[in-house]
Amino acid sequence: MKIPDLTELALRNLRESLLRNSLTTIGISVGVASLVAMLSLGTGLQDLFSRRLAKSGLFDTVFVSSRRELRGMGRQEERNGPTPGESRILDEPARQEIERLPNVAEAYPDIRFITELRYEDQPHMTTISALPLSAKSNDAFEGMQGSFFSSDTAAEVILQKSFAEELLGKTPPLGTPEPNVADLAPALLGKELTMRYAQRGPTPEAPQAANKGTSADGSIAGAAYSVVSREQKLKIVGISDLDPESMRGPMRGRVFFPLRLAESLHVMQPADLREISRAASDQPVYSSISVRVKNPAQVQGVEDAIKKMGFTTFSILDASHSLQQVFRVLYAFLGIFGSLALTVASIGIVNTLVMAILERRREIGIMKAIGASDTDVKKLFFAEAGAMGVLGGIVGVLLGWAIGQIINFGTNIWLRSQSLPSEQFWAVPLWLAVFAVVFAFVVSLVSGLYPAGRAAKLDPVQALRYE
Amino acid sequence: MVTARETISATSTLAIRSENLCRHYRMGQNVIRAVDGISLEVRTGEFVALLGSSGSGKSSMLNLVAGLDRPTSGSVVVQDRDLAKLSREELAKYRLQVVGMVFQSFNLIPSMTLAENVELPLRFAEVEREKRRTLVQQALQRVGLGARMDHRPSELSGGEQQRAALARALINRPQLLLADEPTGNLDSHTGTEIMDLVCEFNRQLGMTVVMVTHERALAERYAERMIFLADGKLVDDRVNVPGSSPAAVQGGR
Repeated sequence: MKIPDLTELALRNLRESLLRNSLTTIGISVGVASLVAMLSLGTGLQDLFSRRLAKSGLFDTVFVSSRRELRGMGRQEERNGPTPGESRILDEPARQEIERLPNVAEAYPDIRFITELRYEDQPHMTTISALPLSAKSNDAFEGMQGSFFSSDTAAEVILQKSFAEELLGKTPPLGTPEPNVADLAPALLGKELTMRYAQRGPTPEAPQAANKGTSADGSIAGAAYSVVSREQKLKIVGISDLDPESMRGPMRGRVFFPLRLAESLHVMQPADLREISRAASDQPVYSSISVRVKNPAQVQGVEDAIKKMGFTTFSILDASHSLQQVFRVLYAFLGIFGSLALTVASIGIVNTLVMAILERRREIGIMKAIGASDTDVKKLFFAEAGAMGVLGGIVGVLLGWAIGQIINFGTNIWLRSQSLPSEQFWAVPLWLAVFAVVFAFVVSLVSGLYPAGRAAKLDPVQALRYE
Repeated sequence: MVTARETISATSTLAIRSENLCRHYRMGQNVIRAVDGISLEVRTGEFVALLGSSGSGKSSMLNLVAGLDRPTSGSVVVQDRDLAKLSREELAKYRLQVVGMVFQSFNLIPSMTLAENVELPLRFAEVEREKRRTLVQQALQRVGLGARMDHRPSELSGGEQQRAALARALINRPQLLLADEPTGNLDSHTGTEIMDLVCEFNRQLGMTVVMVTHERALAERYAERMIFLADGKLVDDRVNVPGSSPAAVQGGR
């Protein structure tokens, strides 16, 4: 029999015992719905994590350091590279070269140093980090009070919450809940800080004459530059809500200020001392550079290109690989639990079809007497099982999607009641919907295997005698 | 009276030839010899009645010829096909293309309309949809049910159902029509109608007809030849001149 005929006959046979077949189909729907629900939860959670991680700026960032930087990350990788003596200096021309690589969005130096910040005449020692304007979309500044830097050169700072507490003298004892960032903001926003730092300048003619500061080392014998103590006033424009220790790279700091401003200050950094013999006197040398890649998928390629230039690189790509591994396991588990209901439903199909064979014994006999082959009968029962599977699959996907929407909605109400931002952690991608329907179809066919075989083997003489 | 065997030997084409055909069933400790060594030949175009009391093996014999059952031993050759040697699929094809069957209980599928019932063998034969429609229409018109195409069997009288069953049996233009007590569930009037149709097909289309019945009068009125079975054995085989007996056709039950 041809497929259109089979489908037609199968559907009309299903309509004949409407209640029973509907119930069986609903069983499949519930099975598929649970599978879809489980897998879309997995997909949604993975999406959520990827989204959050992408926002953290870790997965699209390559950290570059000079091979001479012995304290650099990923020391193991250096074994295959050139020896430190031959490696390149991470200076401004190198940064520009990296920025010109394909797929690189930007490359900016990591400027981070320990400094003294005075607030209302009280000195506070802390780490200050420079940030490019693109960091605005970073989730470290989600839930931030105030605003981001108005420009790349503005004399403005954003404080990390714990530092804000310190400035206000409100550091809570351990174990007590942290104060809300919104409570800290009004007292600090718009206020001024004074940063004291060491400026690295061109070699003066008379080194001693340039030494005005008392805290700086002064000039070092044989050094190619001088160090001057300076002050810079900074306005507090924002207070961030994130724990600095949870972050890596440039995000690790308690106070942030704009990158261009930081560069213009020529603050002396540890790398300067090490590169003393090689760096041009007035060219900054960076201890590390952060390279933002346009797409996390291109991180590997960019990393390889930078390595070829003779630098050491590090990215969280490896970490993301193991995270994907975790999600695969999670997926498998969710899939297995989701499939359980479908397994039960498939037993329902077997049951329904075996019942149908008993009921339609005579009909099978008649069909055989008028020329139906075993294959025809088998195909007909397969078609019925398959039709129930496809119908159940489609209804199940819709059901699973609806359940997901409801749970998502409910959870978001809860999240809002906990004053947390709402999240979309439920996703039914098209491939999942198609997969679920195909899977239901295949499971139904497998369930139909035994009943169809039994129907096909029915002896027509006995079947016709049966009343 | 001339024996049938002698007349057949003179003619050329044989529709059915069985040799020492046996069908034994095992029922617990006992072996039931439903068909026990029957040898016979049926000419193409012949109208044969298989007669015998219930349990004589006439229906079992018919099932063997229909390819619904397989012989325990012996052979049955229909239209040059040795049925015992055919595979299950080949046997199904044989039933589809060579044989048309009607039964005492009509055996229409109750959930389908008449048109769908008649169409079913065409679906198995994978005939084009458009062609199927015209064939079904013609077949139902021929048996006088052109106006009842979309009715379900339960909405029709027994005679009408049997006519639909005849239309279905003939839809694939088989060479052989096998009828198992076709008038058994009908009153004498509708029984006559059905038998007239069967005779018409026999004469006009040259179809070989084998009819199982326990009514001798029916056989005498329509069959050209009567074969008597008892205990699975052939006990008599005689030529009959149809309509020679004045006895009316009697309904079953």
